[in-house]
Amino acid sequence: MSDTTDTGGPVLAADGTPLKRSLARALRRQKMRALLLIAPLLLFILISFILPVADMLYRSVKNGIVTDTLPRTVVALADWDADSGDLPSEAVYAAMAADLKEAAAAKTHTKVGTRLNYENPGISSLFRKTGRKAKKFDLEGVSSWKEELIDINKGWGDVGNWRTIQTYSPPVTSGYFLNAVDMRVGPDGAEMRPEAERIYMNLLGRTLWMSLAITVCCILLAYPVAWILANLPMRQANILMILVLLPFWTSLLVRTSAWKILLQQQGVINDILVWVGLVDDSARLVIINNQFGTIVAMTHILLPFMILPMYSVMQTIPPSYLRAAKSLGATDWTAFWRVYFPLTIPGIGAGSILVFILAIGYYITPALVGGTKGTFISNQIAFHISSSLNWGLASALGAILLAVVLGLYWAYDKIVGIDNVKLG
Amino acid sequence: MALPPYASTGQRVWHYTFRVICGLIFFFLIAPIVVVIPLSFNSQDFFTFTKEMLSLDPAGYSLKHYRDFFSNPDWQDALWNSVKIAPAATLLSVSLGTLAAIGLSQPHVPARRAIMATLISPMIVPLIISAAGMYFFYSRIGLAGTYWGVVLAHAALGIPFVIITVTATLVGFDRSLTRAAANMGADPVTTFFRVQMPLILPGVISGALFAFITSFDEVVVVIFVGSAKQQTLPWQMFTGLREQISPTILAVATILVVISIALLTTVELLRRRSERLRGMSPG
Repeated sequence: MSDTTDTGGPVLAADGTPLKRSLARALRRQKMRALLLIAPLLLFILISFILPVADMLYRSVKNGIVTDTLPRTVVALADWDADSGDLPSEAVYAAMAADLKEAAAAKTHTKVGTRLNYENPGISSLFRKTGRKAKKFDLEGVSSWKEELIDINKGWGDVGNWRTIQTYSPPVTSGYFLNAVDMRVGPDGAEMRPEAERIYMNLLGRTLWMSLAITVCCILLAYPVAWILANLPMRQANILMILVLLPFWTSLLVRTSAWKILLQQQGVINDILVWVGLVDDSARLVIINNQFGTIVAMTHILLPFMILPMYSVMQTIPPSYLRAAKSLGATDWTAFWRVYFPLTIPGIGAGSILVFILAIGYYITPALVGGTKGTFISNQIAFHISSSLNWGLASALGAILLAVVLGLYWAYDKIVGIDNVKLG
Repeated sequence: MALPPYASTGQRVWHYTFRVICGLIFFFLIAPIVVVIPLSFNSQDFFTFTKEMLSLDPAGYSLKHYRDFFSNPDWQDALWNSVKIAPAATLLSVSLGTLAAIGLSQPHVPARRAIMATLISPMIVPLIISAAGMYFFYSRIGLAGTYWGVVLAHAALGIPFVIITVTATLVGFDRSLTRAAANMGADPVTTFFRVQMPLILPGVISGALFAFITSFDEVVVVIFVGSAKQQTLPWQMFTGLREQISPTILAVATILVVISIALLTTVELLRRRSERLRGMSPG
């Protein structure tokens, strides 16, 4: 190849193409091969995981049901000014009658009622009752649908009900999100709900502070354990490590049921306390189905996730640093606090974010040992999916939770790097 | 760690107090798991130690909860479902995950960080959100309540573990070995199965074990995505703990603890083997 450079032309590869192009092609091929290896999994994750989550996020703002079921009314209502205080025009009532007749035939009128009932309690009975008669509506034969509908149900003469229908007629709504942060659409735009109806922000606050409490408990318990694991001779440390890894590998359900059994009023801990004489038999402690139970059980479950990152950081700190500090005149405490502790902060940070992320989304343990006072936002999401069937609200709560977790994940990536996640 | 001979009384006291504190924390870690084991041999339907048990009277112990587990059709169906779902999900996540991990460890991968973040996301996103999303989406495409729906969902949850363990093993993999194999005339497929695979096998197997335990232990997603026909062991335990708490759960818990001890031992042995192998290969 050296003779080609002599000619002053471009450097050529063995097959005669310029070396630059040849290299670029090789690099491109390498990239393509790497991407081809990744592609099947990426596609799989997209279909089985990312799309479902995106679908859920879309559900939190989706509101097609009103336009789909009451298409004519939505068009007719567009010009109505709710603030005027007057009822909508005759044309709107006629459109509503036509829509209701169709909806009642397709049996979709109750669904609209249920949907609007989330925003305006009581409106679902209006749709249900009117729907019963709507099948027999004679669209041509009635002169004034306004009078006819109000005659069937007084609710049709209420400006508030019409305002709700108008507010929730666009295909996209912020209603679920407002609901999820304890707000609602009032006459003057978004407003806070009355104090007594505020549930979700309190719940989110409780989830956050309990996760924080669990994280702090984990830091306090994990630090000495990680230290002793990092400083004992290899052989002893390996044996003690088993005590940390066994809970890590044991089924979550097993650990939760163990705590359920231990913490019961007739359970092992209360039995021991009564036997020792600390507690009277008639005054057994209530340590389950409340926040205490959730915090204890979850601290136990998440503790290995704190110990392992702390341990891997402490292992890299040479013990000579402490000896050096002491030989320079530091007391044990100063040597620890000024030299050792600052070096372990990355481990504490990594463990804390990991534990906090895991804690904030927990569902099983709070559901089993949390009672009513110790449940998390996840339990409320599950309730709205399977019991109250308000999927939009469940999705909005989920979106808020997801935003918090992704923020923490981003911080974790910045501080620790996702490539450095280690298991076991 | 050892106490120096010149330590003051205060240092001695702290040294031993510290060890006691650590001992108590280790006790806190392990006691709840250990306590379940003797309780599962209780001859009464209680969740606490009876007087007969404490006095080590043989009459206080029995295998009746185990007998119930192996004869009760509900528990047997649940066990059978778990055994059917977990291996299928593991196979799916390991085959796709290993391939992708090899791709990710190539020197020039465009958007590597973004791809990595996407592939690890099932581990980070709270389970209830994954479960809700999958429930809505899978019911739309007709996968909800089917065997394959649950397998697909569990495979997605297991993938991050496979990616993490296999990429970690590949960091220590010497690329000149594949080049040497190619140089001697092996095609890429032969190189992969005869050279690369045997060396990264420990990582692949421990990834597989992680994926297996993820699926085998999983409750939230299967409750939402599955139907009564896919009721797994953890699901049965969850309903058992929630509604009528029966002592058979203790027997199941003991069996699961034994399984996790077996898995833990395997993973530890593999990790040591992989470290040994890595120590031998240059780079």
